[in-house]
Amino acid sequence: MIVAVMAAILVTMLLALARAFLGPGRYNRILAINMFGTKTVLFVAVSGYLFGRPEFLDIGILYALVNFVAVIAVLRLTHETESDAA
Amino acid sequence: MILLEILSAVLLAAGTLFIVSGAVGLLRFPDFYTRIHATGITDSAGAGLILLGLLLRTTTWEAGVRLLIILLFLVVTGPTATHLLAHAARRDGVPVWRKGHPRR
Amino acid sequence: MTRPRLAPPDTGVTRSGGTGTIRLIRWAAPLLAAFWLLLSGHIDPLFVTFGVISVVLACVLAHRAGLSLEKGPTLGLVLRLPRYLLWLVKEVLVSAVTVTRQVWSPRPNLDPVVACTPSRGLSPLTQVVYANSITLTPGTLSLDLDDEHIEVHALDSAGVEDLGDGRVLRQVHRLEARR
Repeated sequence: MIVAVMAAILVTMLLALARAFLGPGRYNRILAINMFGTKTVLFVAVSGYLFGRPEFLDIGILYALVNFVAVIAVLRLTHETESDAA
Repeated sequence: MILLEILSAVLLAAGTLFIVSGAVGLLRFPDFYTRIHATGITDSAGAGLILLGLLLRTTTWEAGVRLLIILLFLVVTGPTATHLLAHAARRDGVPVWRKGHPRR
Repeated sequence: MTRPRLAPPDTGVTRSGGTGTIRLIRWAAPLLAAFWLLLSGHIDPLFVTFGVISVVLACVLAHRAGLSLEKGPTLGLVLRLPRYLLWLVKEVLVSAVTVTRQVWSPRPNLDPVVACTPSRGLSPLTQVVYANSITLTPGTLSLDLDDEHIEVHALDSAGVEDLGDGRVLRQVHRLEARR
């Protein structure tokens, strides 16, 4: 059961990566990467259960934080460069 | 507890269905805004269900608290990130796909 | 493509500093401390010292960023929150099922529209709650907001009509104890 869930999360991550490579445009890519990040958190949490290593959950929390901040930072960066160009 | 096992399995299966659907929608839907519909919602719902499913299987309270914190975090940041992305795309003038147009 | 830029939303978390910042820190510091204790699980001098340092650091950063809180959550709001959250969870699940059905249908029936829904007379915080609720309810997504409207992207026109009926707005009003 748990292994099946992990496999499904991996497939989801691959599909998100495909969208990130296909684009088109930066927003589709950011959206896909954001999704990839949340799936990573889930993957870490589920694997923590599977391997009986609850400390993985701390890594999951950290990754959730980093993922959110990263999306905000990327959005901010793209907007800064744009207002500079305009 | 066999009942908890079953409930947990149901939650995990539903969550998995949602996240896979979200990813398929991300690939299938025709433009950015429809894709953000597909992922934003299924992300929150799928993550919530999977984490709840795990929560029912945990035995220590430390792990439970951590799962709850991850859950809270994903549920709070998910819609926020979705809105910020949609807002930024709208401000940048990403065009809205209409019925009958070619997909992009 | 040019379009008029809507005024930046007033979110209740303002950038004024001063008393608002003090208020924010008064609410945030105990929460941060509790978060630290919960995650570390150790109460010995070294860890508590690290905890105090990081709480102070977070508060200093919040002050530097100019974050502040207009008014703290009231007891009534906290009491009404569970009911709203339950409704929200139900909406998210319905929403996820709707999207899932669209995704797996061989020919997705998508007819996106962008429309404005009025949000006149809502307090800034309520407006933000309303916008987030719109994002989480089936088929709709808030794009932009100003003082009087929220711009909404919907998967089909039924979603916008649904908002016009005020089903979502009623729940938000109920949270604010106003009908």
